[in-house]
Amino acid sequence: MARTATAPGTPTTRLGKAAFEIDDRLIVAGPLRRTLNKVFPDHWSFLLGEIALYSFVVLLLSGTYLTFFFDASMKEVVYNGSYAPLRGVEMSAAYDSALQMSFDVRGGLFIRQVHHWAALLFVASIVVHLLRIFFTGAFRRPRETNWLIGVVMLVLSLLMGVTGYSLPDDLLSGTGLRIISAILLSIPVVGTWVHFAVFNGDYVGENIIGRFYIAHVLLFPAILLGLIAVHLLILVKQKHTQFAGPGRTEHNVVGNRLFPTFAAKATGLFFVVFGLIALLGGLVQINPIWLWGPYNPSQVSAASQPDWYIMFLDGSTRLFPAWDINLPGSYTIPALFWPTVVIAGAMFTLLALYPMIERKLTRDTASHHLLQRPRDVPVRTSLGVMGLTFYVWLMMSGGNDVIADKFQISLNAMTWIGRIGVIVLPPIAYAITYRICLGLQMHDRQVLEHGIETGVIRRLPNGEFIEVHQPLGPVDAHGHGSLAYGGAPVPKKMNQVGGARRAIRGFFSPIEPPARVELEQRAEGRGLSPHESDRELTTSGRPTEGGRPSEGGRPSEGGRPQEPRD
Amino acid sequence: MTAREDRPGSAGGHDVPGPHHGGPDDDYTPERLAAMSREDLDRLGASYDGVEVLHVDPGPEPGSRLEKRAIRQVGVTFALAGLAAFAFVVIYVGSGWFLPDWHWTITEQGWSAFFTPLLGLLMGLSLALVGIGLVLYTKKLLPHETAVQDKHDGSHFDRVTTGATLVGGLHNSGLARRKLITRSLAFMGGGLGLMLLMPLGGLIKNPNKGNPLGTTEWAKGVRLVRNDGSPIRPGDQEPGSLETVFPAVPKGNVQPDAATMLIRLRPEQVAESQPRPGQANFGYGEYVAYSKICTHAGCPVSLYEQETSRILCPCHQSQFDVTQGAKPVFGPATRSLPQLPITVDDEGYFVARHDYIEAVGPTYWNRERI
Repeated sequence: MARTATAPGTPTTRLGKAAFEIDDRLIVAGPLRRTLNKVFPDHWSFLLGEIALYSFVVLLLSGTYLTFFFDASMKEVVYNGSYAPLRGVEMSAAYDSALQMSFDVRGGLFIRQVHHWAALLFVASIVVHLLRIFFTGAFRRPRETNWLIGVVMLVLSLLMGVTGYSLPDDLLSGTGLRIISAILLSIPVVGTWVHFAVFNGDYVGENIIGRFYIAHVLLFPAILLGLIAVHLLILVKQKHTQFAGPGRTEHNVVGNRLFPTFAAKATGLFFVVFGLIALLGGLVQINPIWLWGPYNPSQVSAASQPDWYIMFLDGSTRLFPAWDINLPGSYTIPALFWPTVVIAGAMFTLLALYPMIERKLTRDTASHHLLQRPRDVPVRTSLGVMGLTFYVWLMMSGGNDVIADKFQISLNAMTWIGRIGVIVLPPIAYAITYRICLGLQMHDRQVLEHGIETGVIRRLPNGEFIEVHQPLGPVDAHGHGSLAYGGAPVPKKMNQVGGARRAIRGFFSPIEPPARVELEQRAEGRGLSPHESDRELTTSGRPTEGGRPSEGGRPSEGGRPQEPRD
Repeated sequence: MTAREDRPGSAGGHDVPGPHHGGPDDDYTPERLAAMSREDLDRLGASYDGVEVLHVDPGPEPGSRLEKRAIRQVGVTFALAGLAAFAFVVIYVGSGWFLPDWHWTITEQGWSAFFTPLLGLLMGLSLALVGIGLVLYTKKLLPHETAVQDKHDGSHFDRVTTGATLVGGLHNSGLARRKLITRSLAFMGGGLGLMLLMPLGGLIKNPNKGNPLGTTEWAKGVRLVRNDGSPIRPGDQEPGSLETVFPAVPKGNVQPDAATMLIRLRPEQVAESQPRPGQANFGYGEYVAYSKICTHAGCPVSLYEQETSRILCPCHQSQFDVTQGAKPVFGPATRSLPQLPITVDDEGYFVARHDYIEAVGPTYWNRERI
């Protein structure tokens, strides 16, 4: 039966009628409601991936703008633009157009710098996002697929970076291109064939900028876009992980609904990220290509460093010893092959396979939706810090000439420091991290058993001084707490369990009457359900009540003094 | 009426919803829904999506000082964002019109030097303020609700029924039995895949044809010229100095592998010089010429420290000793820089005696063989 205009519940406003008209045709109300009602957990570290996504949006926007002006050709032209020092210089059309867009396009330099900064932030946020996933164990079943996709996207973003900064064809990017050429040549057996396929002949040829260009603006972005879509679809389908905490289980998600809270926050973050990139792009100069000059194979400037995310490869190349492997039949495996192709390949393969490796070693094949605190998985955390130390050490070695120059250290000494450090430091980092993890675990247990250190020193009748501890829950006859560790943060300070008042808002004068704040505070109940809020764990610890922390748990238990710890 | 006419969509038939139509619409009549408040409807829909709103911390009381203050903050933030955006437009459009020109020249300290920073500042401020305003709005004015949504594991029912449908389709296709079709499909798939990959073969070029990697523009009698094309005579250089030279051919100074360093050794360097075996006569008097292309990764080796006779590559810090036939003495490079045999021609200018006797630049798999 057709719905009539008088049917109850039908909208009377124009907007409502329009919405009904749309839903009559598309039937979207149900899926839309499910989307709006979707719950997202609330934690700052879950926004790191979003930063990468938003940087990518900025990259697409600014990159599309740049294509209007860029000419990916290696044809020789004579520069005749408005940058006087290079006028009359022969250069490739690519470099010429990059200069034109920097000096002769209104706002072009700004957009170019926005694009470069967005790229740096894109890779950086991917890496930080990956570290968050790694250290909290979010890659465990059922999320191995998304981890793999993420690693592939990281590699793609590095390729995007490499192809992108080769495009302007200035002296710096040409030096990078030359090293890329040498890396391709270094591959055993097929190296020269690969090089000739990529460069269409011997270095440098006339095709490489054009080929990198299409890879940079079409091939890699298209793959990335597809992978991002799959990454997000899987995320939505599997629902987000969450940290352990009150009411959070393996079978639910606690947080905000998409609409309006999460959507507003995410949109806000997008604008903040975009704004930050724009500020950097305008105020902080990056890659001033006009200072480097056109590429010339016989020239190079000292301290030529790649963008930060490739520096680890530069570092490994600097540190690797001069070990060509000469095979029978006068074949050679060049030394360059190991620190570039093999190390990078091994690092990303290990990274990609890590979920499977951990699953094999721990035999943990269960599904996990609650995240782990890094301290609770000391082996993984220590492995992660070990890998990170290796990576950061290589990255710093990529700038060892700059360090040597600025700190007046011998360059050769820097190389040797790098070589020794890259072998010695990661195990040390492993050992230290492991101890820190165990120490933090012990401290959590200690607080659960003995309570929070209040800083209140009491003198016992026999003259002994003890520090009073505030138990977090019921205690047994010896004053030992009986709460078990639940994988969630344990409060370590009295302020975290209500020892401090909530701050009264207002900069110069309070904007809320202090009494109301107190009432609200009482109603909040500090994590307790409303009917329990009266018997707060730490009521007696508040300054209003003399600042004497209770010693026997709840006031209802008479505040018996806690047995001094042994 | 025939059976055909019974079907909906044909000339006749009963156009009524099937048995699977309905769902919550059957449980909740329009009348019942109309009687519910908006909040109840919201919660009802949420509960259908497995979401329960546990706790709502209402926003500030309407009309309270707290609310007014928050509104003022958010409003001012958005207004400032708009202001910055308009200022961006004014500067972008106005430069070179009613504002000074934005074109930057190298001596300029004025407006054009501030043009790009101002654009970035204003756009950045504007966008960041929009974001800050939104976050302030969410934090200070929206109710804070805590919701919990159920997470469902895979359904056994779904798996079994979907499996039945899939297997049923496969069974009906009879591919398991009709081996000829399966085999021809596999054959076709392989062929088609290969065929579509074939055009990529256009990318492949034979690197061993004509030995492009092992040869340069240098040849017998080719003069050594500076970047500006001027030839060099013995005596043009101070002892201990280095000059980058190129073959005197068209575009010789931008050839990727021809750049060469002409070095005039000091007398004491000549005394301790140990050329590579068979290359003792490659130099000319106190002059030696080595390839400038690093044997490690192909960067131009550029920094010559004449006190220690070392040439340093700035890319990966390989160091070569010019008194030992440019042997690598530190860093990742493994091979000596190739030496160019030089002499002087009838007019007294430096010329090459022949091309390099080995490949210049980075090492590769079959370098020793050609």
